Amino acid sequence: MRESPKFEKSFDVEGGSFQNAGNVSGQIKNILKDLGVSTDIVRRVAIICYESEINIVSYAKKGTITLAVTDNAVKIETKDEGPGIPDIDLAMKEGYSTATAAVREMGFGAGMGLANMKKYSDHLIITSEVGVGTCVKMMVMNFPKLLHPDLPVVTL
Amino acid sequence: MTLKEVQDILEAEVLVGRDQLQKPVRTAFAADLMSDVLAFAKPDSLLLTGLTNPQVVRTADILDITAIILVRGKKPSEETVKLAEELKIPILSTRYILFETSGRLHAKGITGCIEKVGGEM
Repeated sequence: MRESPKFEKSFDVEGGSFQNAGNVSGQIKNILKDLGVSTDIVRRVAIICYESEINIVSYAKKGTITLAVTDNAVKIETKDEGPGIPDIDLAMKEGYSTATAAVREMGFGAGMGLANMKKYSDHLIITSEVGVGTCVKMMVMNFPKLLHPDLPVVTL
Repeated sequence: MTLKEVQDILEAEVLVGRDQLQKPVRTAFAADLMSDVLAFAKPDSLLLTGLTNPQVVRTADILDITAIILVRGKKPSEETVKLAEELKIPILSTRYILFETSGRLHAKGITGCIEKVGGEM
């Protein structure tokens, strides 16, 4: 069942702009707070946005993060024009990373990003085409995460 | 305990947030890897770190961290201070190494925001 979002907005993220990384996530966090979304959900969405943003900044030329809020869920969709991910299962593995020194200096690039995005979302779908880009759709249900911290990743 | 007591225990310099020293704190998390902070830190905790770039402040903001404690005498960049002021996140700097900083706080009653990993969600 699909509900029409009561709030939707897209944000541009510039690749390589390390100094501004986190800006969009901060904005999204404030929007969710203003919409009255519960603190726990706000934090989980903020974390997955921030890891997504760091990924776009670190690897892509540019990308977008789209936020959609419905009564039941908060959805985050990221699309980037980047190198793409040749082996998604491998990329999902904690500790696997192709990060540059610049990314590591920021305190990222240890192969935790996608794992964190999976950990804090209830659903996560990644599609990627090498040389074209990557799309990640994530959903955080608008109620506390229950008994399945290890939901399967759907790869299309 | 308050942030002021943390400052005293660590003989720390307050770089941002002098007006927030009455904030209460009970728990902390320590790491230099921000992805680990995002994975494990809990809200209303202290973040002890040796990393000084603006991403530390961003990470603290995302997680509702009470204050950032820079260890080993690290001083933040200008951009980091500016962002912390904007987001109203206190930054303290102590000359103690991370191990000593953690130990001194723990001895006075500050505990880890989680004890160990696994099944903490």
